[in-house]
Amino acid sequence: MKAFLILADGTIFEGRSIGSQREVISEIVFNTSMTGYLEILTDPSYAGEAVVMTYPIIGNYGICFDDMEDDKPWPDGFIVRELSETPSNFRNECGLSDFLKKHDIPGIQGIDTRALTKILRSQGTMNGMITTNENFDLEEILPRIRAFKAEDVVKKVTCSEKEHFSDGKYKVALMDFGAKRNIARELAKRGCAVTIYPAYTPAEEIMKDAPDGIMLSNGPGDPKDCMPIVHEVKKLFDADIPMFGICLGHQLLALANGADTRKMKWGHRGANHPVKDLETGRVYISTQNHGYVVADKTVPEDVAEMSFRNANDATMEGLHYLGKNVFTVQFHPEACGGPQDTGFLFDKFLNMMEVAKDA
Amino acid sequence: MPKKNNIKKVLVIGSGPIIIGQAAEFDYAGTQACRSLKEEGVEVVLVNSNPATIMTDKNIADKVYIEPLNIEVLKKIIEKEEPDSLLPTLGGQAALNIAMELYESGFLDKKKVALIGTTSQTIKKAEDRLEFKETMEKIGEPCAASEVCTTLQGCIDFAEKIGYPVVIRPAYTLGGSGGGIAHDLEQLKEIASNGLRLSRVGQVLVERYIGGWKEIEYEVMRDSYGNCITVCNMENIDPVGVHTGDSIVVAPSQTLADKEYQMLRTSALKIITELGITGGCNVQYALNPNSFEYCVIEVNPRVSRSSALASKATGYPIAKVAAKIALGYALDEIKNAVTGKTYASFEPTLDYCVVKIPKWPFDKFVSAKRTLTTQMKATGEVMSICPNFEGALMKALRSLEQNIYSLDYGNFGELSDEELEKALYLIDDHRLFYISEAFRRGYDIEKIHEINKIDMWFLNKIKVLVDMEKRLKTEELTLELLKEAKRMEFPDKAIAQFTGISEAEVKAMRYRNNIVAAFKMVDTCAAEFESETPYYYSCFGSVNEVEPGDNMRKKVIVLGSGPIRIGQGIEFDYCSVHSVWALSDAGYETIIINNNPETVSTDFDIADKLYFEPLTPEDVENIVRLEKPDGAVVQFGGQTAIKLTEAIMKMGVPILGTSSDDVDAAEDRERFDEILEQCRIPRPSGTTVFTTEEALKAANELGYPVLVRPSYVLGGQGMQIAVNDGDIVEFMAIINRDVQEHPILVDKYLVGKEVEVDGVCDGTDILIPGIMEHIERAGVHSGDSISVYPAQSLSEDIIKKLEDYTGRLARALHVKGLLNIQFIVHEDEVYVIEVNPRSSRTVPYISKVTGIPIVDIASKVIVGKTIKELGYTPGLQKKADYIAIKQPVFSFEKLRGAEISLGPEMKSTGEVLGIAKDFHEALYKSFLGAGINLPRTKKMICTVKDSDKKELIPIAKRFYDLGYEIYATRSTAAVLNENGMKATRINKIHDGSPNVLDLILAGEVDLIIDTPTHGRDKSRDGFLIRRNAIETGVTCLTSLDTAKALVTSLENANLSQLSVVDIAEI
Repeated sequence: MKAFLILADGTIFEGRSIGSQREVISEIVFNTSMTGYLEILTDPSYAGEAVVMTYPIIGNYGICFDDMEDDKPWPDGFIVRELSETPSNFRNECGLSDFLKKHDIPGIQGIDTRALTKILRSQGTMNGMITTNENFDLEEILPRIRAFKAEDVVKKVTCSEKEHFSDGKYKVALMDFGAKRNIARELAKRGCAVTIYPAYTPAEEIMKDAPDGIMLSNGPGDPKDCMPIVHEVKKLFDADIPMFGICLGHQLLALANGADTRKMKWGHRGANHPVKDLETGRVYISTQNHGYVVADKTVPEDVAEMSFRNANDATMEGLHYLGKNVFTVQFHPEACGGPQDTGFLFDKFLNMMEVAKDA
Repeated sequence: MPKKNNIKKVLVIGSGPIIIGQAAEFDYAGTQACRSLKEEGVEVVLVNSNPATIMTDKNIADKVYIEPLNIEVLKKIIEKEEPDSLLPTLGGQAALNIAMELYESGFLDKKKVALIGTTSQTIKKAEDRLEFKETMEKIGEPCAASEVCTTLQGCIDFAEKIGYPVVIRPAYTLGGSGGGIAHDLEQLKEIASNGLRLSRVGQVLVERYIGGWKEIEYEVMRDSYGNCITVCNMENIDPVGVHTGDSIVVAPSQTLADKEYQMLRTSALKIITELGITGGCNVQYALNPNSFEYCVIEVNPRVSRSSALASKATGYPIAKVAAKIALGYALDEIKNAVTGKTYASFEPTLDYCVVKIPKWPFDKFVSAKRTLTTQMKATGEVMSICPNFEGALMKALRSLEQNIYSLDYGNFGELSDEELEKALYLIDDHRLFYISEAFRRGYDIEKIHEINKIDMWFLNKIKVLVDMEKRLKTEELTLELLKEAKRMEFPDKAIAQFTGISEAEVKAMRYRNNIVAAFKMVDTCAAEFESETPYYYSCFGSVNEVEPGDNMRKKVIVLGSGPIRIGQGIEFDYCSVHSVWALSDAGYETIIINNNPETVSTDFDIADKLYFEPLTPEDVENIVRLEKPDGAVVQFGGQTAIKLTEAIMKMGVPILGTSSDDVDAAEDRERFDEILEQCRIPRPSGTTVFTTEEALKAANELGYPVLVRPSYVLGGQGMQIAVNDGDIVEFMAIINRDVQEHPILVDKYLVGKEVEVDGVCDGTDILIPGIMEHIERAGVHSGDSISVYPAQSLSEDIIKKLEDYTGRLARALHVKGLLNIQFIVHEDEVYVIEVNPRSSRTVPYISKVTGIPIVDIASKVIVGKTIKELGYTPGLQKKADYIAIKQPVFSFEKLRGAEISLGPEMKSTGEVLGIAKDFHEALYKSFLGAGINLPRTKKMICTVKDSDKKELIPIAKRFYDLGYEIYATRSTAAVLNENGMKATRINKIHDGSPNVLDLILAGEVDLIIDTPTHGRDKSRDGFLIRRNAIETGVTCLTSLDTAKALVTSLENANLSQLSVVDIAEI
């Protein structure tokens, strides 16, 4: 069946429908990873966005349920050049096409995704609609497309109640703003007793459980939409417990400390982003997925200093909080998908908890 | 960190001659690296024995030594030049080995030369089988169960322990020479003893057979601060068991989930870190298709064929970055040349799919085994780019220039079901066609997968292509169907074949409906960043993103020469690149079209624009329609480019230089005869024929021996000397296997001295840099002959005549640009054999040894300059002060079963140069460079045909006087004994042991002179002797002329007294 992707600027791509035939409006973002489409689809940070894969052949190895980063896929839509209909991998359990259908995710294939990416790169991330209705009326739909804004996405993706994930030596409170499952796995693997808390849990409630460390997870949307959470995060920060933040968690803590965030032109989404550790000079390749960034120079100098910088565009990739056992990064050390180069940051967090506990 | 300031003068070692397993990729890497070093203000001293390369040009390095890659020679160069550093990672295995040898001898320390880009420890850890295994064990990276053995018994014991089949890999060899898979004791004995002999250190690795596993490669970079990135991963379509150089390879991997992808990526980074590599490195893995189990197959701590492929597949210039890393830069200090905005410290991401297909020489070696194993056999490769796998495969297939336009190729349809089933088990160069034929006959994917273990994803894609063939055959050609076929890159020619609609009509239908190719950029970043790389590929159903430009300058297309093959090698890439540079210098905008990932010409910073595309009329027309060039240059890209002349003219693009009509006049027998007559130049008498009957009649009229060959071919393809009717019948059958558009030539074969001339003509004047004379008499292909410049044995009269004839022919053929003429001097008369109004194999060689840049001159001449305007005096130039000898190099040991005897059909894969003030020294250096380092045991075998016996006597006597002990078969021994030598008689093979074969296999002789009796019969003694000699590493000469040259060189050999010549000073 024919499908159309209509961008807010009026550009129309004609392709074929994949997944659900439901019409959807969302923010269109592109991801440059060549593998890991399932991890991307099940990353809650994509809630409120429709994802374009720049690699043109997607679905080759099917769906391996073990690799899911959440129980369901989150993007509003999925856009590929070619969806591979005959997956091949020893762990494949179902085709990508069936997976999208089962979870009612609409999508489109057969369009020139490179041309689309170039539009998003040059004009910035843009809203768009995926529809199978051939008789669309541009005049009617363009205002609707332009008006779209993802709202309350964190509320949508966070868990509904506190959940005990693993047992271990260090008690870690994992704040679920839309956490990828592998954050909990990485902590559990290192001997942590992980408890996952809904995003809007009051700080007091968390402190009552006396965690050895607090993990602020990744998550979707504009960090400034989460001011109530920022408020709670500040309280956790003041409690002087070792704290590690990733992506949205990094942004929320920065906001809590007086920094500002800004929307990027097209963001960073992919598995090839170089980040430089400013302390050692080493460069690591990281997975990234963010459309907002902590604005450079808005971080109060007496509170935190930049610890990682993007080696391509020099944007902020991490903060080290002065005199605190607290550090946050914009990128994804938990990988899945993408490179595992910065997994050592979890070790660093463990080490902080160990030192704090001994003291 | 800025670069290390103590590095001021770097010695770079090249890879030597082109052989199977070590081809043009090192010219690409070396050239790129040398330019990168010079960019940093470092003085570059280059050593490479291969004169056909671009890297040995004086504009690439400051000092250029085209000298044998021999430790004594290297020492002399180091003593003379006093470099502070040695960069050994750019010249493949050859350079690494020699650098190790220099290091181990303590010479580098003594001369205070630092190894940069790697350390001796790194090389040892990666290359020494035992140390490698221990290192991998230490960091927990699995290798297949294996053991390093130094004796045959050790191999046998270990194989019995782990069970057959086992894989044998010799240490320190390139292209997996001497390796193989043994299924039983007999095979093990054969392969292992061969491997032990070929290994530089007498080690082989015997390991668990992991055939059927996926073979995956990662290209990794690391700087001296420990930063690591992967440039690209690649998946071999052929599972483990086929050498990666012989595999069809796709980038990026297609069937790996992120978990497997990252598992291997992490492993690769761990390995490069542990080995301490600074620069590029290639890690090969075997991955169990049914689990996460994997093992490391091997690591190449240097740039390689795979790194060249990865560079072209991604746009990331590995060699350039490796050179900067060697100077001390960190990855995040090196700009990404593609985006100009980002740095080398990121990982390229692709938004297309890349397919590489090897080019095998089985068309040249009909008797060679086509089976693909762990021993590489391909001479070259092609690469293609497309957003879908089907399209990339289709484009790569037609880039091979084997008239393959779809998977419906050859006569595999004629196989019986039983034969086809059997063929599916064969792992050879035809496997794609067996598989597609099986799909046509209704096989299902699972069944084929069960047989050949190729991943079902790839098999399915092949099936998609076969299904499309069927749709085209059975359905009406709707626009939708046409679009879908073009999306998969079915060329119009194939669509016409399947639909029965003419090619012209298919094209018209496309143009009417705007179904045309769009061009996309290779930008390393999947369009995430704005890029300026002028590196493009085509695809259908897409938005075109390439601007034809502002037309400020006139625009010229230079056609490249496609994959490296015997007869059309790196020389033509040299010519294409130099032509681009010259035209650019003359103010033109240059566009190059080529599909060979190994070459300099496909580096994106050579021409103003690079189109990485097949070289077929349709593919070229796509580019012409977009770019609307002012002209095209075809005379530098070998036969590949020449073949496109007519098509390009039909597109309305003027051919610059000699007109195609004049090219045709040189090729067409009747027209050429007229020209010769008009110029009053004799040629051997001959005629043209089509049928065997006509050929027999012609041969008998001319009188045997005669030369039989197809017209319009390069490299003497299919050319044979016939001595009787039987030969004629046999050769005609071989030639006529392919339908011949043009007649077959039958000429009187004259025994004489062969002379070769390259020249440039501007329409009036002609410039001849020099005259080359062949050591082997006519009958041995010029590409396989030892060639001497300046000619040594020609009288002034003959030389005058050669100059005069060359001028007459150039003017009569209205040559504008290059021409190459082959003459025979027979009883003081000069005959013309052939004229090629275009670049030739000897162009780089003659340019370098005379210092006259004839490609540059020719390129400027074809756009209107005259020789005089360019500052040259027309005519034959003064002889150089040096003697330069070009020696062919063969790869026979890589091709089981190939006939090695020299004849009119070219067989060599590469060449080396010997240059010196003195003829004997130059000759000795050329043999040394070609790897013929004699004497060793001072024992030789002579077995020549009766007609050669008389001529053998003085040659054998000279070897005898040098102390050689001679063994000979009955009649040869008798002749030698009668003539004052003590030759030991040995049995022929059929006489039973001990015989000639036992002597060879025992490793007791170091030289064999065997002139072949006629025929291609593989069971003959001669064939067996020659094959066994090659496979045991014994020098085997099949021409008495070569033998004479060798003995001359040995009589004058003195390794310690060799001089070294910087050709940049010529």
